[in-house]
Amino acid sequence: MGKVLKYSFYDLVRSRWSYIYLSFYLALGFVLLFLNNDLSKGVITLMNIIIVLVPLIGTIFGTMYYYNSKEFTELLLAQPIKRSHIFLGQYFGVAGSLSMSLVLGLGIPFMMYGLLRSNAVFDFTLLLVVGIFLTLIFTALAFNIAINNDNKIKGFGYAVLLWLFMAVIYDGIFLLSLILFEEYPLDTFSMVATALNPIDLSRTLILLKLDISALLGYTGAVFKRFFGTQFGFWMSMLVLLLWTILPLLRLRYTADRKDF
Amino acid sequence: MVRVSSILACLLFLFFGEAIAETVTICPSCPIKSIKEGISTAQAYDTVLVKKGTYYEHDIVVDKPLTLKGENYPIIDGQKKGEIIKITSDHVTIDGLFVINVGVSYTTDFAAIRVIKSEHFTIQNVVLEKLFFGIYLEKSSHGKVYHNKIIGDAKDEYNSGNGIQLWYSHYVEVSHNHVQGTRDGIYLEFSDNITITKNTSTKNLRYGLHFMFSDNDVYTENVFEGNGAGVAVMFSRNIDMFNNTFKKNWGPSAYGLLLKEINDAKIRNNTFTENTVAISIEGSNRITYKDNDFIKNGWAIRVIGACYTNSFTGNNFMHNSFDVSYNSKLNDNEFRSNYWSNYSGYDLDKDGIGDVPYRPVKLFSYIANRTPETIILLRSLFMDIIDFSEKVSPVFTPDNLKDAQPLMKKRL
Amino acid sequence: MIHITALHKKFGKNEVLKGIDLTIAPGKIYAILGPNGSGKTTLIKSILGMVIPDKGSIEVLGHPIKKGWKYRKQIDYLPQIANFPGNLKVRELIAMIKDLRNDDNEATDLIQLFRLESHLDKKLSALSGGTKQKVNLVLAFMFDSLLLILDEPNTGLDPNALIQLKDLIKSEKAKGKTLLITSHVMQFVEEVADEVIYLLEGSIYFNGTLEELMAATQQTNVEHAIAELTKTELNG
Repeated sequence: MGKVLKYSFYDLVRSRWSYIYLSFYLALGFVLLFLNNDLSKGVITLMNIIIVLVPLIGTIFGTMYYYNSKEFTELLLAQPIKRSHIFLGQYFGVAGSLSMSLVLGLGIPFMMYGLLRSNAVFDFTLLLVVGIFLTLIFTALAFNIAINNDNKIKGFGYAVLLWLFMAVIYDGIFLLSLILFEEYPLDTFSMVATALNPIDLSRTLILLKLDISALLGYTGAVFKRFFGTQFGFWMSMLVLLLWTILPLLRLRYTADRKDF
Repeated sequence: MVRVSSILACLLFLFFGEAIAETVTICPSCPIKSIKEGISTAQAYDTVLVKKGTYYEHDIVVDKPLTLKGENYPIIDGQKKGEIIKITSDHVTIDGLFVINVGVSYTTDFAAIRVIKSEHFTIQNVVLEKLFFGIYLEKSSHGKVYHNKIIGDAKDEYNSGNGIQLWYSHYVEVSHNHVQGTRDGIYLEFSDNITITKNTSTKNLRYGLHFMFSDNDVYTENVFEGNGAGVAVMFSRNIDMFNNTFKKNWGPSAYGLLLKEINDAKIRNNTFTENTVAISIEGSNRITYKDNDFIKNGWAIRVIGACYTNSFTGNNFMHNSFDVSYNSKLNDNEFRSNYWSNYSGYDLDKDGIGDVPYRPVKLFSYIANRTPETIILLRSLFMDIIDFSEKVSPVFTPDNLKDAQPLMKKRL
Repeated sequence: MIHITALHKKFGKNEVLKGIDLTIAPGKIYAILGPNGSGKTTLIKSILGMVIPDKGSIEVLGHPIKKGWKYRKQIDYLPQIANFPGNLKVRELIAMIKDLRNDDNEATDLIQLFRLESHLDKKLSALSGGTKQKVNLVLAFMFDSLLLILDEPNTGLDPNALIQLKDLIKSEKAKGKTLLITSHVMQFVEEVADEVIYLLEGSIYFNGTLEELMAATQQTNVEHAIAELTKTELNG
């Protein structure tokens, strides 16, 4: 797997899209910090962007890479390499290069503006961890969609639909059910519903760490009582990890059985 | 002739009255070593001068018109045994003492300095630490609480007291005090015609300033920072609130100013910065909000329950997460000529007034008011989208809740 | 070398392989022939493990290949369509395949043979179809594996390169290698193959030496022999 990962990663790192992605984050980081010079305010704005954009990029890039590297995959399939290693290697190549763009693109400006000396360093680290998880999760989901759809257009369609569902529609349904069942106690429901969607979970995790969590009032206090504890934090990490591992297991299962 | 002689007698009395007032000096090495002894020795209108030193005394009763004055802040240590100074006479002045270790009780409100049914008192330049209640005015009017420093270390509401408390006391001037770390910094109950000026009230557990059933009071130029909540005005009428600063009252249930069941108040030229809720309004009517600054608050104005005939004019609403939140469609409150930093309209005729009205209520804040749990969707893409669509064509938010003449530039 | 028993494969409702039994003996050149859609490529891909059979078993060098992958070290494969990652240079591609196979064989001779020196630093996406096929051939022949599988090796080659290819095939055979070749060009098959396997609608229709094929169909060249085979099938 290491070798496949190496070549995928190498291939991607040299591609135009990685540079565009990296320079987007660089520009974003610098502009944000140039505009208000406040690291913790920067973290809030970044969160808004990261929880929407990272999944979108992960989904699109993942599907795109899968389809574009069809030849590479075929070449590899005839080589003495384990099948699952071919796909996992490619997956980690994509997810790795995307994560690297994210970490470098945001890390460099924030470092230059004195991140290590500020108290935003933990919030920022959490933001990056969440960003990396979202990349891993949505790239894995994208690979799953792509491996099941040989038709490129269909695959892209499903991938965008998936993103749309997770980023927007899910919250719409969530909101509707909260309003419909407002007479019932909703704390547990909303906590579970939040934990089930990696985007919502990431948003909540970061929000609760920031000052802005006071706006969440009583609901926020309930959430904080769970997510704010060590246990809650590691539970959330576990959920994110499951969101990463389960699609990967499915990817391996599908890859082992697919004809090329 | 009779009249002239009586005037003369008065003048004489005034002249000699001043002249005959004596000073009783107390110090650890003096003949009079305790304050209690000093007070009992002193005649009315004498000055009891307490020199530097530590005096372990409590239940000191000042029962005649006296000036109890400290030199270089002598320490009066109540050793947590109960109340420390009790004033039961008119015309008493307490000045320059350092009072510590007030007793804590769950049944009696022990205070560092208590004034009971007395008038014309002055309490000034006093420093209070390790206290339960600080300065407690009980049915005492026409006095002054000036330039005191009250530093509490309250941890829980149930076993802490208020910094300055007024109960059935009228016409009192509370100014230039610094109160921190108590339950309520300054608390007024059934106290009318009180003037509260230039005080600083910070880091108090509950409220910086708290009005209950108190009418015709004025508070100006005070700073309320980092309290559980800045100021709570409840069940009171005709309160004037001018030029105060409400800052960083931040937390899940914190706010800068809470108005509950109050009528006919004027709120002008105040600055609300970085509060979770700048003003929370419940059942309050005929209130004018004019020329206030709302900067970087979670909610600038949060209205719960029916509020009628309030007017909001000339205020600056800048960079608040929500400008106005409202939980019903009913509204006869007026928003006019405010500056809204979220306003994205235009001004074609260049008269400084936006040509399209501004609707300060976001759909999300409307929903979150109805179903508080939905707030967990704060800053989600979905909410941004529906907020935008609501802004373009309002369906749910009150149609007439709008500022028809939004200012293009902020009021300076 | 390869032992296939009762191999079945369906793609959806389409039954591509209907019970193939086949033994490939070492040191010979086998030509797998058959009309489009007869299952040639599927059969090859099954041997390579790219297609997972529904039923039946495949043994390569005495070991079943199910879920295995190490046996592919013994196989060199020339895919039908030369698809390569476009943004790699030829040199990098060769180095990469060497690295992936953990094999240090030098490709210099082959590169010279196909005159690829001037293309080494070009990106694969910039190459013509023929040049790509040459690169494809280099990759297939550069390793010293026991088994060579060539899927339509002569597609897109100029006559010169075609001659080189034939020479290569012969020299590999001389080294004692086993070759599986599919091709549409019968003349090419006639020149190189020892054995002919004719697939039709997922079954082996004919399996024998070139001479046996000629004898069975009473023809003098492969092209006619195959045509005759098909005709017999149609009549029968």
